[in-house]
Amino acid sequence: MTGSNAIARIPTGINGFDHVTLGGLPAGRSTLVSGTTGSGKTLFAVEFLSRGIMRFNEPGVFVTFEETVTDIRRNSASLGFPIQSWEDDGKWAFVEASASIGEDAPAVGAYDFGALVARIEHAVRQTGARRVALDSLNAIFTRFADISVVRHELFRVASALKALGVTSVLTAERPEEYDGVTRYGVEPFVLDNVIILRNVLRQGRRSRTVEIVKFRGATHRTGEWLFTIDPRDGIVVVPLAFLTPSDHASLARVSSGIPELDEMCGGGFYRDAIVLMTGPTGTGKTLASLRFAAAAVEAGERCLLCTFDGTRGQLFRTAASWGLDLKAMQASGLARVMSSYAEVTSPEDLFLQLRRAVEEFAPARLVIDTVSALERVVAPRTLLDFIIALGAVLRQSEITTLLTRTPSGRLISADAPAIASDIAGLSDVWIQLRYVEGPAEIQRAIAVLQARGSAHDHRIRQFWIDDTGMHIGGPLRGVPHVFTGATDPGTAWGSPESEATEGPSG
Amino acid sequence: MTTYSFRLYVAGNTERSHAAEVNLRFLCDAHLSGMYEVEVIDAVERPELAEEGRILATPTVVRLAPPPQRRVIGDLSDHGRAAIALGLPAADASPSEGQ
Repeated sequence: MTGSNAIARIPTGINGFDHVTLGGLPAGRSTLVSGTTGSGKTLFAVEFLSRGIMRFNEPGVFVTFEETVTDIRRNSASLGFPIQSWEDDGKWAFVEASASIGEDAPAVGAYDFGALVARIEHAVRQTGARRVALDSLNAIFTRFADISVVRHELFRVASALKALGVTSVLTAERPEEYDGVTRYGVEPFVLDNVIILRNVLRQGRRSRTVEIVKFRGATHRTGEWLFTIDPRDGIVVVPLAFLTPSDHASLARVSSGIPELDEMCGGGFYRDAIVLMTGPTGTGKTLASLRFAAAAVEAGERCLLCTFDGTRGQLFRTAASWGLDLKAMQASGLARVMSSYAEVTSPEDLFLQLRRAVEEFAPARLVIDTVSALERVVAPRTLLDFIIALGAVLRQSEITTLLTRTPSGRLISADAPAIASDIAGLSDVWIQLRYVEGPAEIQRAIAVLQARGSAHDHRIRQFWIDDTGMHIGGPLRGVPHVFTGATDPGTAWGSPESEATEGPSG
Repeated sequence: MTTYSFRLYVAGNTERSHAAEVNLRFLCDAHLSGMYEVEVIDAVERPELAEEGRILATPTVVRLAPPPQRRVIGDLSDHGRAAIALGLPAADASPSEGQ
């Protein structure tokens, strides 16, 4: 953050994009948005203007070289951008520069883009535009034979835009991913600011990313950011891999729904805590989730329950077997159940669904049982990104969150243990459930490995489950290998991940 | 005899604008023996007309009559190519220059 010569930004209003760019596009400058066919360039340009009108009441001018005005109006209407009525209100103007059919003008002698510049200036003055989009530059290159003239003239267009003081987005096409910036070497004339949109197949899934290649003289976040094109919200950049720093930390505590566990955590969870509960199948994670939800309802708070591993019906039945009436909770309007199979949705879309549910339902608590279901379908790194992005949303809204995870899962890649400790590192409270072999029976043990900002019970305690729920007893004794005495939560208590990787592979 | 009608779009009072008009009038005098009209539109002064005509590059000459409409971009400095592109009758054929 440099103070004096920092370039002012204008927020685009595109979902998540302004987070990634640390405030939006450089104000009064041109930004090149480059991408392959179908990468979302035109949508980016349309949204840049539309959000400007909708959120900031900033008029815009759209210069189209490729699609016809009719096509753009129609395609945008489906996303809820009423361009036609903005045109009627004088907030949006088109400069139609798309090639009309059969128009083939030969060039004899020298020419320039004086008329284009004059038309853009006219449209900007008429609407009082603050934003201008040009889409896409390549279409002009294909229409004029002399590329060096076009390049020079586009520089002139960019200078004119700068002189007008508008913030502009110029789109250009790249022949293929990860190869140069644009097809015709358009970049030199707007090299100040370059954004690349990508649309690639990764691990069998199509993923869209946006990368800020450079913002001259301005800070931005590096790397590629996942985004999705939502039929309702348009472009949504999932601001992954960073947390919105929050100075505020809640001191209020909420109950986990299990009195002994509250006591182990130093009096319940902090309201803005993200709680990770790990344990093998059958140790009681779902029960703990349901108790957590029930505690919310008892306190008159809303709770969103997400299950990615089964149907709603199965969850209701499971709850009923422990004497928890999830149906009644849902009928009260305080609990809502979201269920789907992880396989049928992408993490970006899932993130969107959750974010939307958080906005609409405004829950005080969220349960995801289990995030392991997601591990089956996404790369460990993507899962981590998902949890980070979710964490940012949840912390902001102070939603107490319980994530459950089956550590052995089907995480087989070599970096699995690292990911496991990363996830734990992102959570505020880490509770581990385990099976322990006793002299004559399998016992269950629970330990709080981490409780950020709070004193907690360091003992490993026995617990049992009956038809009235989960009951935590005294410290478990006589199981020497359990007590490692390690202080690092990643290695404490012999995490099942490391066991899994030490075992024979196959 | 057919009267040719042209519209010349230019941008600003520049050397290039001037050259285009001079070249166009020279060609018309040579090929059409004065049977023509030229309307010059300055896109800087009348951007709405440039918008209407969907003019990108300047200078641009549009031959409005006789049909079919033709467009030529540039200052028409190459007279031979310009005459062909604008579909002007051969200069030899014009009566004033008859041989």
